[in-house]
Amino acid sequence: MIQFAGIALILIGIYGLMTTKHMIKLIIALNVMELGANIFIISIGFVAHGLAPIYTADLPNQAFSFVDPLPQAMVLTAIVIGFGVSALGLVVAQNIYKKHGTYDLSEIGGEE
Amino acid sequence: MKKLVSLFLILVLAFFLTTALDQGLDFWHSPSQLDAFRMSNAFVQNDVLGEGGALVFGESKNLESGSANIVTSIVVDYRSFDTLGEITVLFLSALGVGLLMGSGVRTTLRSGFILKTAAKMVAPLMLLTGIYIFTHGHLTPGGGFPGGSMMATAFLLHYFGSDTVKSNLKPLKWIESTAGALYILLGLAGLFVAGSFLQNFLPTGTLGHLVSAGIIPLVYVLVGLKVGSEVSGIVADFSKTEVVS
Amino acid sequence: MSILLVLEWIVGIVLIIGAVACVVTENIWAAIVRLSLLSMLAVVAFALMRAPDVALTEAVIGSGLVTFVFVVAIKKMLPKENENEETR
Repeated sequence: MIQFAGIALILIGIYGLMTTKHMIKLIIALNVMELGANIFIISIGFVAHGLAPIYTADLPNQAFSFVDPLPQAMVLTAIVIGFGVSALGLVVAQNIYKKHGTYDLSEIGGEE
Repeated sequence: MKKLVSLFLILVLAFFLTTALDQGLDFWHSPSQLDAFRMSNAFVQNDVLGEGGALVFGESKNLESGSANIVTSIVVDYRSFDTLGEITVLFLSALGVGLLMGSGVRTTLRSGFILKTAAKMVAPLMLLTGIYIFTHGHLTPGGGFPGGSMMATAFLLHYFGSDTVKSNLKPLKWIESTAGALYILLGLAGLFVAGSFLQNFLPTGTLGHLVSAGIIPLVYVLVGLKVGSEVSGIVADFSKTEVVS
Repeated sequence: MSILLVLEWIVGIVLIIGAVACVVTENIWAAIVRLSLLSMLAVVAFALMRAPDVALTEAVIGSGLVTFVFVVAIKKMLPKENENEETR
């Protein structure tokens, strides 16, 4: 189910990118999309009855399996990068607001 | 009208995505993979070079990576060059925020009595938790990225909770550049001692001890300091504003 | 095990509903708060997928710092908008 939710979040983010012209809402939609992609990548590595990929003192003696640690390593860094990207986007949006006095993309541009 | 067209496009995309994914994965249930065929088994067993054995917590010695947390061993040992690139991207975005927000002073958010009192009590604990998280990154969940971000959150709380802190960001820049340079120097040391860039050249010790896993704790402390100062810089730059008289 | 499955379904459905509510709404503050809610739910989803490292990172960044950055960005916009409304 969580895999399905990840795909749905990506699609909802694309819908938000297509339908809004408010710059901050565009960045919010981008964040939703990023969240969906992260959830989907993590859910690919999930193994039924798997354990978190950490060796501890109280692991079971019988056979067990870890979930796939490779997607987790990818997403771990991607989250921090996503924060940097959205901060940069917001700063660009603020500069556009300072110059044009509006957050609406359809009111910017044209010759005046 | 535009919303209807968008909705239609999204539904078409959803149809193709679900049909494409349905062939490869067990899509509607909890997904499961065949354990034996996945690539990360070599990472889990510390067996990339082909000399691994059974791993026992607290007993196995001189492993390839030696970190109890496998995600950490992937992030800062097997794929360490990738991490170096990622923190470079973070540095570039912090640089962009700093350049675009260049002029300006600190926002005068009126912080209330509760925030001021609570910040004094909570911020040092948060700082300590962040440091704990990134020094124990090879044993417990966490590591440099969440630990550094938690330090940045503590900095943010302190920044808005007290009136006396001026926006003097020099130490942050200093910590950031020093940590980045030391990371690259560690990589170069691996190149000269062991033969490849960022190789784990220190003895890896016993699996599960605090002093183990070679350069992994050192690199994660550096990554934590770098990420913490960068995110703090982003936040502090962000809360600057133009002087409005 | 079955209670985890039920939790998984609940988290998935609330994630989808929250994402729709976050993207569709006209109110910008509501959108930001719903984005924060989505981040918290994603933390639960990551924990259900046995990814504690990612859950920790998302809890710190997604619900703390990202929300702060958005709030500050809009806070700077608001006073000028109020002035405009008063002059109209």
